[in-house]
Amino acid sequence: MNIQELVVPNTIEEVYHLLQEDPQNQIVGGGAWMRLSNKEIGKLIVLDNLPLTNITETDEHIEIGSMVTLRQLEINPLIKNLYDGILANAVSDIMGIQIRNVATIGGSVMGRYSFSDILPVLMVMDTTLGFYHQGEQSLKEYMSEKHPEKDILLYIRIAKKTGRGYFKKVCKTVLDFAILNIAISKLEDYTICVGARPGAVQLATNAMKYINEQTTITEEVIEHTVQLALQDIHVSSNSRASKEYRTDLLRVYLTLGLKEVY
Amino acid sequence: MKVTMILNHRSQVFEIEPGEYLLDTLRKNHIYSVKRGCDTSSCGVCTVLVDMKPIPSCSYLTKRAEGKEVLTVEGIHDFADKLADYMGHEGADQCGYCNPSLALAVYAMKHENKAPSDEEINHYLVGHLCRCTGYQSQHIAIKKCLEADS
Repeated sequence: MNIQELVVPNTIEEVYHLLQEDPQNQIVGGGAWMRLSNKEIGKLIVLDNLPLTNITETDEHIEIGSMVTLRQLEINPLIKNLYDGILANAVSDIMGIQIRNVATIGGSVMGRYSFSDILPVLMVMDTTLGFYHQGEQSLKEYMSEKHPEKDILLYIRIAKKTGRGYFKKVCKTVLDFAILNIAISKLEDYTICVGARPGAVQLATNAMKYINEQTTITEEVIEHTVQLALQDIHVSSNSRASKEYRTDLLRVYLTLGLKEVY
Repeated sequence: MKVTMILNHRSQVFEIEPGEYLLDTLRKNHIYSVKRGCDTSSCGVCTVLVDMKPIPSCSYLTKRAEGKEVLTVEGIHDFADKLADYMGHEGADQCGYCNPSLALAVYAMKHENKAPSDEEINHYLVGHLCRCTGYQSQHIAIKKCLEADS
């Protein structure tokens, strides 16, 4: 990565102006992933002087500043109480504490990384992104946009609902990227999301529609839901694992997950 | 551009490039305990404490340390010496390359958690790779050192 200039603005307006000024200008979150890239960067915009590092709660929501680090998320009691702690769990297994002390939730979300362990979990919660210019947008909407507008992520808002959660990351060693990751939440309805397929997060739409229409959840219902999900979720091969292996993993962990949140 | 930081308890000003990383700044300024062991931000031997938090100095832009307290093993002499004794007793040292970063990590860990369990120690120290050992003797040395400390 080649950086021509580094700027640390004191106001959000200044950040937005710099962002729009030149396509080669870019915001950096923690910079842990960006550091490995080959980008040519004009002005690298650092947000350290802005008040974006708080985790607050209201009666209905938890609001997480975009520059909150993964380590902050991991140890925060509010986050540990959400949906059986799946966000805290997912975050705690990402790399080591050093990386988690610099990587930010904003960077993780804006990067839309296909290997992300965080995105599947956020996708099965009621998650809204708060942007400076566009205002609020659901995470689902943001993830489906082909070319999102260049904007500043200020916060991530998660609705405080009481429900069950399941998260599984399959990986070869503790420091490795996921071969596959699966998140399931159950409130009145089930939400099922798979990431690192190796493609980016995907919801098991038809499987969800089916299981959410059932009045009783039996073994047969779970089995049929998993069958539908295997058609919904497209997995493929890469250096980490074959399509066949990912399919087997999906079948097993979806079944286990649906039984766990039942 | 200039950056001012409190490095090992002394306020210092460094002249740096905008895209310079803390690892390179430190080594250019004769702090050789901090090492480069990989190109993928994953080995841990570049670990440095910034405001008592372990960070990967290879992936941390120097300018972001403006006004902050930076500690390397040169700045935690007493504790590092003590831990080194315990490491020696267990025969945990082989090449020694991962030792400085591990000492900093243990120092930061006991600052956060005075009496960590085995599981908590293992979780905290993920991200510190050792090419020589199987981590067991280091683990025993760390536990004994923390017990003596309490």
